[in-house]
Amino acid sequence: MTTSSTETATKGPIIGVLALQGAYDAHAKTIAALGATPRLVRLPTELKGLDGLIMPGGESTTMLKFLEQRGFFDLLKDFVHKVPTFGTCAGVILLAKDVTNPAQKSLGALDVTVERNAYGRQIDSAILHAESKLPGGPLEMVFIRAPRITRTGAPVEVLASRDENPVLVREGHLLAATFHPELSHDSRVHQLFLNMVRDHKENPA
Amino acid sequence: MADHTSNGNFGSSTLRLKTGLAEMLKGGVIMDVMNVEQARIAEEAGAISVMALERVPAMIRAEGGVARMANPKLIKQIIGAVSIPVMAKARIGHFAEAQVLQTLGVDFIDESEVLTPADEAHHIDKHAFTTPFVCGAKNLGEALRRITEGAAMIRTKGEPGTGDVVHAVTHMRTIVREMKALTVLSDDELYAAAKNLQAPYDLVRMVAKAGKLPVPNFSAGGIATPADAALMMQLGAETVFVGSGIFMKERATPLDVENNPLEREEAVSRAKAIVIATTHFNDPKIVAEASELVIGSMKGLAAAAIEEAQLMQTRGW
Repeated sequence: MTTSSTETATKGPIIGVLALQGAYDAHAKTIAALGATPRLVRLPTELKGLDGLIMPGGESTTMLKFLEQRGFFDLLKDFVHKVPTFGTCAGVILLAKDVTNPAQKSLGALDVTVERNAYGRQIDSAILHAESKLPGGPLEMVFIRAPRITRTGAPVEVLASRDENPVLVREGHLLAATFHPELSHDSRVHQLFLNMVRDHKENPA
Repeated sequence: MADHTSNGNFGSSTLRLKTGLAEMLKGGVIMDVMNVEQARIAEEAGAISVMALERVPAMIRAEGGVARMANPKLIKQIIGAVSIPVMAKARIGHFAEAQVLQTLGVDFIDESEVLTPADEAHHIDKHAFTTPFVCGAKNLGEALRRITEGAAMIRTKGEPGTGDVVHAVTHMRTIVREMKALTVLSDDELYAAAKNLQAPYDLVRMVAKAGKLPVPNFSAGGIATPADAALMMQLGAETVFVGSGIFMKERATPLDVENNPLEREEAVSRAKAIVIATTHFNDPKIVAEASELVIGSMKGLAAAAIEEAQLMQTRGW
């Protein structure tokens, strides 16, 4: 019932949205409004035929439980090393090379270290506005029990920061935001990801 | 630009942050826990959040007495034991309990009919808090009144502590049906609809346009098995709360997860199975597999056999 709105006729690039748990609906609506076709992914077989993948916010511990079943983890690991993938919040934790507070298993695709729940609890959640490398003025950034990127490797480009720490980063075909662009009215981050998907389709690495 | 979230352009930035956390909790299971070991089991099984309380609804029902906010010491222990969000319950109208819970740093406050109400006329003014609130509802009017007061998440009330899903189903079907009915009304008919629902016109109009609540809509009250969870999700729930269904053995006796490995195993099996069934609610094959994992079950109490005065769902207005 809840998925029917997102499973319409195919148009635009097909973007999987990992729907094990979390803000998958909000992502699906945002990219549908930008002309892409969202497809909810709950099983490893559903990774087939996707042009890109979004890993939403939610609880990374819960998502990992599902990834540890049915050979999902290894298939997804292979997938994110090849196909454009955009992680937000918990999705960044899954994509990262290293995770702290506490340490946990991750896909190791994005050369960053992420500290979980680094800004405190829900009471410390915040909506901030800051300049970024995206054209079009300050970017609205919704932080909810956000993780913090505490280290970035050489190949990682920082597109936006909060205080000293990166909050929006890109490494080749991977994009990661510790905030929630899907909860914002500003769709520039999703547009950037769709541009990355298009470029990758035209010029596969 | 389309509305990207269920809250859309609704409300202040504070409310957006509150409903934002509720968005993160979608498609998962929130489990009632009474001690650190249960909280760990819930997290290990894949719960997205735990509700810290001293007695689950089945025990409150069996033991009677006044049910209040949990001891802060217990809440702090549970916050310290898990990395997932921690919720706790305040009595209806008891804003001082809610102030304490906010100070403790709980991530969501449940203004809950499971506890003994503290005010017979007024719910808590939830706008006065930075911590988000979830409230129960039996129908659309009740849901919209709670949202008016600042609730960032609605859950069906069901009948807590019974293991009988019938009232959660009734409440979810009622809310969904009443929302559908609004979508076919013309603008001039919505004024009368608002009067009948005893809810503010602006919120009624918002629901009429969107066909859904402006905040996430979860389900609680009597969900005890993986198939119960799948049922509520298919009926339109966006996440499920499981109270007594995981850690209870008999009506007033919890499984001893701290000292008895077999009973721990039983709780783990129920918790894991409900988590799997909630994510894969649309895939009966996986719900079947999950149901097979379950060892034992809560001894339920048919909701129809409960006397009117003993119902929890009629608390709140």
